[in-house]
Amino acid sequence: MSALTEPAVAPGAPTRVPTSRRVAKGPRESPLSQIGAMTVMLVFTLYFLIPIWWLFIAGTKSSSQFTNTNPLWFADFNLFENIGDLVVYRDGVFLKWMLNSAVYAGAGALLATLFAAMCGYALAKYRFPGREFLFNIVLGGVLVPATALALPLFLLFSQVSLTNTFWAVFLPSLVSPFGVYLTRIFAAASVPDELIEAARLDGAGEVRTFFTVSVKLMFPALVTVFLFQFVAIWNNFFLPLIMLRDETLFPVTLGLYAWNSQVNQIPELRGYVLIGALLSIIPLIILFLLLQRFWRSGLGAGSVK
Amino acid sequence: MSASATSAVGTRIGSVPQPPRRPRKVRVAHPQAIAFFIVPFAVLFTLFYLIPIAYAVYQSLLVIEREGTFGKATEVFGGLTQYILVFQNGPFWESIARVLAFGVVQVPVMLGLALIFALLLDSPLLRGKRFFRLAFFVPYAVPGVIAAIMWGFLYSPNLSPFTALTSNVSFLSADLVLWAIANVVTWVYVGYNMLIIYSALLAIPTEIYEAARLDGAGQLRIAWSIKIPLIMPAIVLTGIFSIIGTLQLLAEPQVFRSFSSAVTSTFTPNLMVYSTSSIPNVNLAAAFSVVLALATFVLSFSFLKFTQRKEAK
Repeated sequence: MSALTEPAVAPGAPTRVPTSRRVAKGPRESPLSQIGAMTVMLVFTLYFLIPIWWLFIAGTKSSSQFTNTNPLWFADFNLFENIGDLVVYRDGVFLKWMLNSAVYAGAGALLATLFAAMCGYALAKYRFPGREFLFNIVLGGVLVPATALALPLFLLFSQVSLTNTFWAVFLPSLVSPFGVYLTRIFAAASVPDELIEAARLDGAGEVRTFFTVSVKLMFPALVTVFLFQFVAIWNNFFLPLIMLRDETLFPVTLGLYAWNSQVNQIPELRGYVLIGALLSIIPLIILFLLLQRFWRSGLGAGSVK
Repeated sequence: MSASATSAVGTRIGSVPQPPRRPRKVRVAHPQAIAFFIVPFAVLFTLFYLIPIAYAVYQSLLVIEREGTFGKATEVFGGLTQYILVFQNGPFWESIARVLAFGVVQVPVMLGLALIFALLLDSPLLRGKRFFRLAFFVPYAVPGVIAAIMWGFLYSPNLSPFTALTSNVSFLSADLVLWAIANVVTWVYVGYNMLIIYSALLAIPTEIYEAARLDGAGQLRIAWSIKIPLIMPAIVLTGIFSIIGTLQLLAEPQVFRSFSSAVTSTFTPNLMVYSTSSIPNVNLAAAFSVVLALATFVLSFSFLKFTQRKEAK
C-alpha cells in the first residue's frame, strides 16, 4: 500500500523526504482507528452479503431440507436439480421471463443511451435557439419519477389498444432524461471543440464525427447511462404490473412477484421463487463486474457538476 | 449574404476593429445535424413524458356520470371534483404521512451510512477497498421486487435463518412492517449512494489535503472540514433521488402484502394509485398521480433550493 502511494505523493514534495513520508502515512492513523474502521466495514459486509448467501444456500437445498437444516449452510447440493425443475416448470415460462427482461432492458437501454447521447451531445456542442429551454425541460423530466408516469401511460396506451403488448413496456423505456443530463455534462467536458473542428476540416460530416470521434471520448458516460437505464428497466415494476396481463410478456421481476403472491395456494412455488430470484440477480452482477471500469468514472462525472 | 459583404467593406473603410453584425438574426450552423441528434429523443420524450403528464391532468378533470344506477356511463368535465375527492380522502393522506415518516428516518440513515462508508473508503484507514466497494454495491444488482421477496422470507419466523430474533420480534406486524421495508430499501441503495459520493471524493485533488495534514489535522477533521463541503453536490444529488424514491414506494410494499396483512392496499400513495385504477376509477387515480407527481417535484426542488442556500452562506 505505501509502496503504491509514495511515488504518487513524492512529486508534490520532492525535496523533503520526511514530509512526503508523513503525508503518505499520515500523522494520526493510529492502529486503533484502523481497527475501528475495518470492524465497521466488516460488520456491514455481513449485513450486505448474508441475505445473498442465504438465498444461494436456499437455492441448493431440496424442499424438504429447506426448513429443517441450517439455513446458512449447505445440505445436499441440489442446485442443478432445482434449476432443472425451475426451467421446465409450466413449459419453461421462467426462461421466457428472463429472455423478456434481457430484451426489455438490453435493447431498451442500448437505444435509450444512443438517443440520450445524441441529444446531450447536441445540447453541449451546438448553439441553437431553444437550447436552454429544452435542457430545462429535460431536467424537469429527471425529477419526474417513472412510477408517476405508469398510470397515465396505461391510460394512453389503452386509448390506442397497445396495453398488454411488448411495446407498452418497451417504448417508454427508451427515454432517459438523466442520460441526456449526464451526456451533456460529459460531452462538454471531454469532447474538445478543436477536435470537432479538426474533423470538419478533414471533411467529416457532423453525424460521422459524432459516431467516429465523439462517441469514443464519451464512452465512460455512455456505459454509465446504459447501465443505469438497464437497471432502471430491469427493476421497473409498476409499468409492467399495470400494462401486462399475458404471462408470456412478463419481465422476470413481475413473473416472480406473481408466483410469490400465489405461494399460499401453491406451496411448491416457494422453491421456484427462491431459485428464480437467485438466477435473476446473476445477469446484473455480471454486467456490473464487466463494466465497472467504465461506469465508475462516468458516475463521478455525473455527481461532481 | 451581400448585406454582410457590404457592411464588411464599409467597416474596413471606417477602420472599426469589430464590424457591426446584423442584429439578432442568429444563423444556426449545421441545422440538419442538430435536428438529427435531437429529434429522436425529443419525439420519445414528448410521447412518453409530456403527453402522458398532460393526459393525466386532463383525465383528472373528468368525472363519470351515469344515467341511473346501472345506466350508460359518460365522461363529462368535472373541474376540480376529483381533486376535492383527493383532498377529502383520508387514506391517501395517511399514506402520504406514512411515506414522509419513512423518508424522514430512512433517507438520513441511508445517506449517513453511505457517507461514512465513502469517507472510510477514501481514507487511508482501510485495506481491501476493492472488496468492500463491490460487496456493498452487490445489493444494488437485486431488483426491489426480488429484494423484498428475499427479505420477506428472512423476516418470516418459520423460514428465517435468524429464528432467535424473528420469533421474538415480529418484523411483519403493523408496528414494524414499515421499518422492515425501510431496511430493505436501505439494504439495496446504500452501496449505490456510497459509490456516487465516493466518486465525488475521488475527484478532489489530493494536494488539497496536504496543507491540512501538515497542520496536524486528522482524518476526521479533514473529512468534516474539507471533504464533506466539497462533495455537497453529490450528497444533494443522492438526497433528491432518495426523496423521489421514497414518495414512489411501490414494489416493496406490494410484495410485502403477501407476507403481512398489515400492508393494506392504501399503504403508500403509489399503491393507492394502483388499487384505485384497478377498481377502476381512472379519473380519481389520475388525480392521485398528479398530486403525487407534484408533491415529489416540489419536495425535491425545495430540497435542492434549501441546500443550495445553505451552501451559499
